[in-house]
Parts: sequence; structure tokens; C-alpha cells
Amino acid sequence: MSVDGELTIQPAAPAAPGPEAPAAIRVEDLHKAFRIPTQRVDSLKERAVHPFASREYRELHALDGVSFEIRQGEFFGIVGRNGSGKSTLLKLLASIYRADAGRIQIAGRLAPFIELGVGFNQELTARENVLLNGVMMGLTPKEVRERQDAVIDFAELHDFADLKLKNYSSGMLVRLAFSVMLEADADVLLIDEVLAVGDASFQQKCADAFHQMKIEGKTIVLVTHDMNAVEEYCHRALLLADGKVQFIGDPAEAGREYLKLNFEAGGVSPTGLGGDGSDGARLLECTVVDGSGSEATGVESGEDIRVRTEVELQRETASAVHVGFVVTNADGLGIFEFGELMNPEEQAEPFPAGRRFALTARIENRLTPGRYFIHVGVTSADGISAYAENVATFVVFGGPKTNGIVSPGVEFEVESNGGCS
Amino acid sequence: MSSPARPVAELREVQGPSALGGGARRFFDLLWLISVTEFRRVYFGTVLGYLWSLIRPLMLFGVLLFVFTQVFRVGKEQVEHYAVMLLLGIVLYTFFQEATSSAVTSVVAQEGVVRKTQFPRLVIPLATVVTAAFNLMLNLIVVFVFVLAFGVSPAWTWLLFPVALVFLFIGTAGVSMALSALYVRFRDTAIIWIVVSQVLLYLTPILYPVNAFESSTHARLLEHLLMINPLAVIFTQVRVWILHEPGAPTAVAAAGGWLGLLPAAIIYFGVCFYGVWFFNREAPRIAEAL
Repeated sequence: MSVDGELTIQPAAPAAPGPEAPAAIRVEDLHKAFRIPTQRVDSLKERAVHPFASREYRELHALDGVSFEIRQGEFFGIVGRNGSGKSTLLKLLASIYRADAGRIQIAGRLAPFIELGVGFNQELTARENVLLNGVMMGLTPKEVRERQDAVIDFAELHDFADLKLKNYSSGMLVRLAFSVMLEADADVLLIDEVLAVGDASFQQKCADAFHQMKIEGKTIVLVTHDMNAVEEYCHRALLLADGKVQFIGDPAEAGREYLKLNFEAGGVSPTGLGGDGSDGARLLECTVVDGSGSEATGVESGEDIRVRTEVELQRETASAVHVGFVVTNADGLGIFEFGELMNPEEQAEPFPAGRRFALTARIENRLTPGRYFIHVGVTSADGISAYAENVATFVVFGGPKTNGIVSPGVEFEVESNGGCS
Repeated sequence: MSSPARPVAELREVQGPSALGGGARRFFDLLWLISVTEFRRVYFGTVLGYLWSLIRPLMLFGVLLFVFTQVFRVGKEQVEHYAVMLLLGIVLYTFFQEATSSAVTSVVAQEGVVRKTQFPRLVIPLATVVTAAFNLMLNLIVVFVFVLAFGVSPAWTWLLFPVALVFLFIGTAGVSMALSALYVRFRDTAIIWIVVSQVLLYLTPILYPVNAFESSTHARLLEHLLMINPLAVIFTQVRVWILHEPGAPTAVAAAGGWLGLLPAAIIYFGVCFYGVWFFNREAPRIAEAL
């Protein structure tokens, strides 16, 4: 069992179904492109006035030959960056879009939950909405009526069952929506980011519900970019990038691939570091430290960031060695870089192999609260290169919550004149 | 721990969204449920409830009755029960107008549902038509009270009235489907339709009887032309069946024989087939176009 690594007290989830388990969803060579008109004609008048106006389209390939298979009883994650095509894939699976080419096969009834409470009518009571939503999800009105009370009780809304939804608090709405979703009792559940809503206690309820479903052996497809959720719940995960399957398999591995994609997309690959791995140098240490020199995980807003790094040369070199750093935020966006030259000319002889440099950088902290990552690169003119991605991370905390990723010091000079006295 | 308790289901092909998607059973369940809840919401949600929906056609009726009997004086010689004909016409036309005009924007208004759930798209415009039909049924009860009060005696031809209602319902549904799908692409459909439905009101013998042109030299021609409008055919025939006046021409007579009804039939069935075909063609792409 590859999931549930932590020692939390939870009922044991069944192990991932083996390859012999029957397929619940089979997708073969799926293609979907959107045609984006360069000039949109959206009135009959325009169409009548310019009947032969050029209708040029830009094709956007959201999915480009995606194939995979999900086994029955599997908790399957679909991850990808924004724009990778995961929402499109979800909507194709849910029969909201139609594929251009390829096949989708699904065993049994599928209930999509693309958003909690879609189709709720504010003007109707909870009871009526439960009925309507149940039928929308494919139950017969009779089946829904039998379950109606259970749904409302689960949502703890018994006293408000005949109140119109417009008078509900948002918390009550979320509870009702989630309750309806659980009651759908579909063979395959398709869930998009619903974990991200609600307060802490509701999130716990979601988590419990997912564990329960997993124990019951339902097939669940979770589409998200929350890698923690994927690693916690999923047996397997699929990573989409630019409409293609980038990786499929172990969720932890998918998570690493996903982070890597994020960093690459952030454009933070240090320049001059050709190839992967290291050549001629080794990074021994890179940690964020506090003022007393001990390792720290967080830096208070406004306090300097201290990064201690130790690099060892593995071969002799007569040229200057550059140690460079890039700091990115959690989205993989590069924020700033800095570096230092180690110059052998200062000591009039080449650096021997095994020479170590320990350097501590002190950086003025202009970052807004959030999580940041440090990437290190070591280069020299004669071909030494070592590159370590994502070697250290730190959290900036405290300070006022502001927009943006940096809060530079600002001084104003105000001149006021004009007007009459 | 526990093995999946569910029976092994067969893999089935997923076809993507469609007008009817999800089986006929679910389609009709949804159509019925949505129509009933919508009807209940509108008519039992307010204090005066249903009365509001009756007041509108009755007010219009009152004003028109005054204008056409006191100001323009539509000849008594052509219609024995002008008031009844007017009321019946207004109530039936109100159904057509109410259903189609709310259907135009319906699919776009239900954007959330269309974009985020698996939903037979055709339910949306049809539900507005069914809701309007419920309303029509209630209004017709009131109309028949008036019919009897104005001294029209019941006749066996009243039994044919449902036939006219079925034709009206199907035609309205066809127009609604076409309009709602058109509106997704062309947002000026709503404005154009307001104008067109106004024009249609005057091209249908509601305010005037079909034989109102007796004095004109082109009386026959005008009647024939009027019978190109399928609504005019239905309304003319309703008048014949309900009021059963000896002088009132049937739709066939007004059109100058069965052949004269051919254009109307072509338009009627053309619109219905176009509505179904066009909606069906657009349905898979509606979610993307929104």
C-alpha cells in the first residue's frame, strides 16, 4: 500500500486494486480542440450584414491523444497545471463536452461533481432542491423521495428542510450540497476540487467521507492541483501537461513530476547549467538559518533571510566558480536571483579538488508571507556545473497581508498645489 | 479489508452531451419535475399566486375589448361572440408568447447547469413550454366560464379543441427549441423575437375575425395569405370549433381548399423539424459556446 504513510488513526483503506481488476473507465486516444474565433460574430445582424465575413479560427488543442484506464475500486487522481487540459478531460468524462476523436467507456453510472451545489435553485426549498438534484444525477424521483430525509438529516438541516435556499447561510448550502453528492450512490464519482471549500470542520467531514468511499471500494476520480490530497487518497495518479499524459502511476512520483513541471514553467532553470546532475562540484548543504546560525523553517516578515551553503569542488580548476541561487514562490514563479564568484586569482593558484566553500548569504526580506523555494547552481568557465533544484524551502510569516509577492520599501514625496484658497 | 461490494458493471461507450442524453426515463422525469416546481414557484410563491398570471391576459382582454367594440366597432355581423373570440385568442396567444419568449434565454440562463452537469439539454427549453402549458390549462378553465357566461352553448365540436391545443403545443415547442439554441450563438435573437412575436400577433386572427375583409375587393386573397401563418390556421379552427357560428369560415374554407393549407403545413412542420434538428445539432457544443 503506497498511501497513508502517516500514523493517523483511520480505518485501513483497501489496497489498490491490481491490474486484474475490471476497468471502470477506459479512455483511448482522446482528442479535443477548441476553436477560438479570431473575430467573434455573435449577432444575427452581423451575420446578415457580413454574410461572407471570414470566419477564422485559432485551434487550441486542450487534449491531444490521451489514453488511460481506471480500474474498479480505484481512487484515481488527475493532476496538472492550469491549462494542462484536466478540466477539459473532466468535462469530457462527465459528458459535458463532446470529444473530437477517441473513445471514452465507463462502467456503470457516473456522477460528476464539478462544483458543489450546481443546479440549486435559490427560490426552492431544501427538500425540492434535493429532489431536483437527485433526478439530475440519474436517480428516479421515487428513489430520491426515499432518501430525501436521510440527505437532509446528514446535512443537519432537519429544521430548515422547508426553507428556501436563498435564506440559507453559505455553510448550510455547502453542507446540503455535499450531502446530496454523497447520496448520489453512483458507481463512479468524478470530483473536481470540492475539497477546497468550506471551513476546517467541513474539510474534515469531506476527508472522512472520502476515506469512507475508499473503504467501500467505489471508483473515484479526483481532479485537483492539491498534491497533498492526491498523495493522501489516491492509489494512482495521472499527470497531464499540455494535453498529453506526462506521467501515470504512483501518486508521490506524480507529485514530484508535477512540482518539477511547475519549476520549469516558472522559468527558473539557472542559466549555464547544461544537462542534469552535477559535473565537477557537489552541493553539500543548503539551509535557511536564523540569526544564531541554527536551521530555520520560517523567516519573520521584515527579518533578513539567511541561507548557508556549502559546495565542494571535485576537480581542480583555475577559473572562477560561480555559486548562484534562484528563489521561487510556491507556484514556481522565479522572484529573484543572487550569486557570488569564488576567484582563484585572489590566492594566485588554482583551486584543488576537494576544496570547499561555505558561504552564508544575508538577504533583505522584501517577500510577502508565503512559502518559497531555493534552487542552487554552481558553474565555472571550464565546465564545472552542479545544479540542485528545490534544495531548501522557507516560509515567510507575520507582517500585514498584502497583494503581490514582494513588498518593497516605498517613500512618498507629496506635493500639493493648485485650487483656490 | 473489504472487497468492492458492487457488481461488476459493463463498460459502455460515452457519447458526450446531447439533447436527450441520459435516457428517455430520466428526460421525462426531469422535464416533469422542473416544470412542476417552476410552476409552483411562480404561482404559489406570491401572495396572490395564480391570480397574477390570470390578471395579465384579462387586463389585455379588457382594454382590447373596449378599443375594438367601442372605438373601432368590429362588425357584429362577422362575429357573434366577438368578446369570447378575443378572450380565447388572447389566452392562447399569451401561451405561445410566454413560452417562446422565456425559452429564448432559458439555456443561457441555466448556464451553471449546462456547463457543470450532465444534463439532457432539451429539458431546459421544453420545461418553459410545459410550465406555460400548465398556466394555459388553468386559464382555459376561466375562459370556459366566460364562454358559457357569454351564452355560447356547448357543442360536440368542443371535443376537437384538444387537437388544436396539441398542434399549438408542438409548434410552440419547436419554435422554443430553435430560438433557445440560436440565442446561445446570436444574442440578438431575443430582441428580434420580441418584434417578430408582436408582428405574429397581428398576422393571426385574434383581434379581428378571419372574415374581417369582406368589404375589401381582395377579401379572398387576404384570407388565403393569412392562412399561410400556421397560428392563423389553428386560431381560425378553434373559433369554428368553440363558437360554432354558422357564418365563420373554417381554416380550409379560408385557405380556399386543402391545397391552400399546404404552405402553412410546410412552415409548421418545417419549424418543428428545424427546431429539433438544430437543437440536436447544437446541443453537444452548447457548453463550449457559453
